[in-house]
Amino acid sequence: MTQPQTEPTANQTGAEPIIIARDVEKWYDNNFHVLKGVSMTVTKGEVVVVMGPSGSGKSTFIRTFNALEPYQKGTIEIDGIQLSHDLKNIDAIRREVGMVFQQFNLFPHLTVLQNVTLAPIWVRRWSKSKAEEVAMQLLDRVGILSQANKFPGQLSGGQQQRVAIARALAMQPKVMLFDEPTSALDPEMVREVLDVMRTLAGSGMTMVCVTHEVGFAREVADRVVLMADGMLVEDSKPDEFFTNPKSDRTKKFLSQILH
Amino acid sequence: MTTATPPSSAPPLNQIGAAAWAKKNLFSSVSNTILTIVSGLVLIWVVLTLLIWGFTQADWRVIPANFRLLMVGRYPINLIWRVWLALGLIVVAAGLSWGVLARNSRLFDRRGLIVLGIGAAALVIVLALLSDPISIAISLGLLALLVGLAFVGQQVGKVVPTFGNWLPLVWLVAFVIGYSLIRGFLIGRPVKGDDLGGLLLTLLTASVSIVLSFPFGILLALGRRSDLPVIRLLSTIYIEVIRGLPLITILFASQFLVPLVLPPYIRTDRLIRAVVGLTMFSAAYLAENVRGGLQAVPRGQAEASKALGMNPLLTTGLIVMPQALKAVIPTMVGQFISLFKDTSLLTIIGFTELLGIGQTILANPQFLGRNVEMYTFIGLIYFLCCYAMSIASQRLERQLNSSGTPTVAPAATIDP
Ligand SMILES: Nc1ncnc2c1ncn2[C@@H]1O[C@H](COP(=O)(O)OP(=O)(O)OP(=O)(O)O)[C@@H](O)[C@H]1O
Ligand SMILES: [Mg+2]
Repeated sequence: MTQPQTEPTANQTGAEPIIIARDVEKWYDNNFHVLKGVSMTVTKGEVVVVMGPSGSGKSTFIRTFNALEPYQKGTIEIDGIQLSHDLKNIDAIRREVGMVFQQFNLFPHLTVLQNVTLAPIWVRRWSKSKAEEVAMQLLDRVGILSQANKFPGQLSGGQQQRVAIARALAMQPKVMLFDEPTSALDPEMVREVLDVMRTLAGSGMTMVCVTHEVGFAREVADRVVLMADGMLVEDSKPDEFFTNPKSDRTKKFLSQILH
Repeated sequence: MTTATPPSSAPPLNQIGAAAWAKKNLFSSVSNTILTIVSGLVLIWVVLTLLIWGFTQADWRVIPANFRLLMVGRYPINLIWRVWLALGLIVVAAGLSWGVLARNSRLFDRRGLIVLGIGAAALVIVLALLSDPISIAISLGLLALLVGLAFVGQQVGKVVPTFGNWLPLVWLVAFVIGYSLIRGFLIGRPVKGDDLGGLLLTLLTASVSIVLSFPFGILLALGRRSDLPVIRLLSTIYIEVIRGLPLITILFASQFLVPLVLPPYIRTDRLIRAVVGLTMFSAAYLAENVRGGLQAVPRGQAEASKALGMNPLLTTGLIVMPQALKAVIPTMVGQFISLFKDTSLLTIIGFTELLGIGQTILANPQFLGRNVEMYTFIGLIYFLCCYAMSIASQRLERQLNSSGTPTVAPAATIDP
């Protein structure tokens, strides 16, 4: 199911941008400068993979996109909505941005189906029957349909992560953020989650993925960026990123992860 | 995805006879054997002495002679049907809950049988002590109602699994109507607070304080974790001050402070002021328990909820609080049991609840010197009530654990 990635990247065509981050700066506890002026533009339907050494600020950066992390300088705009500290805007943006976490973070006291229907019912104000219909379609898509009435604790890690993806998709977001979605999984379960993400990318979803899955990045990503010490030091097409990177920092990073 | 389970084989049984068990557990070494024999002798001696005293020397007539006083105090005799009716409502709620909680198991497991046995024994005593046939008939009727509704609840619970979610509401309705009945709030002649007494007063003050302290405790726990410094400070001060005071001080203080704080046109009777004191006390401890539960919920839960666009109210109400409360059910029940026992302090500020009425009776020259009999009886009633609560909470806990096996959710992603 490989999608030929022939479209030119956004930077060259000027296609419609959906995430615009400009000079984002963030300090933790007023002294630790974790993001040192990061700018990035993602256009509709693009898949961007973010790589970088541990502690470089990857999670912090993508968590600013849905206001899970406040930032002190710069601007972020998602689908035309300015992410200010106005609560109204934060709610609006969180509705448009789905997120998948490393540790799944499913709600353990709710069934799989309730996990997926909760936000559509309470936030989008859908009727229960509509929310369940959509949820069943999504669960079918990620291959969990038969487990809909189980509790998360009764599923394997790979299944839980697929439920988490379905839960985020149920809000019909315009952008999906993935923060190391396969890092907490046993090796044999990584594939089933990557397959779901691959299909999602093929369906035209805009995705920003923090991941160290080189195969996934090469095959699915439109761009791969490298973050180091709170800065973006490389922003290339996958081929270029892995075979002929511009920055020395990237070369060093690749030599570490590719052995 | 296949769901077929492999044919299960029974686990190897560790069958050992009584003799083998005794050898292993009681007589495994010389010192153990000595300990077993000595403690066995002490036990036999104590039990025998008590039994001999109970059947030969004790004069139990003080109990039946004052049974009504001990149960309901000076509750007007012609209105006693209200108490029965309220008890009936509670029996309905209890029977249904029992059935629903046992919908996937047997109604009478071993523990259930123990409880029922104790209940039956208590009933036999009560029946022996009650002389009037009407009360006996009603008591038997209520017991039948309890078991009958347990069967009904079990069947309903099987057909409608969500019925269990309505049980708290059933309890609340039964409780509110029962309370209004007893006090005569909505219907008929009101009953003065001073006419309530005995076990009835104990149960009323304990249950009203427990129910009221629940919302306050939750609000205080949230307040102590609030982002708003003023609210956080006030909640913290309240909790720490109350926890630093003995309950009896709070009970005395509430008698003076409540009228001072309230506007003069709101008049409160002594009983309401006492309940306010108990509630204030219980809420502070409950808040700390709930706070512990809140801390046990991983940060990732709230983050996932926020990322879905749920506002703070929804996140707390639907995601964090349910998990926190579930985690602290055993602690909360323990706290409620001690509050129930703590109501005996009301004796000191002049209430005739179970302990207080016992003392009043003992002051009557006719029953002089019957202290041991009276206090044994009162102690037995306290024990039965507390043990029933403890059993019920274990059932509830097991039920909550079997539905929704919770994951031990990992810590939030961002923590290094
Ligand atoms: N809440 C916090 N308070 C203070 N420092 C933090 C906090 N969260 C993260 N940090 C620090 O900020 C830095 C960046 O963290 P971040 O989680 O964004 O890195 P990352 O690139 O995602 O790393 P990893 O690959 O390990 O997930 C790290 O040095 C981390 O210790
Ligand atoms: Mg990270």
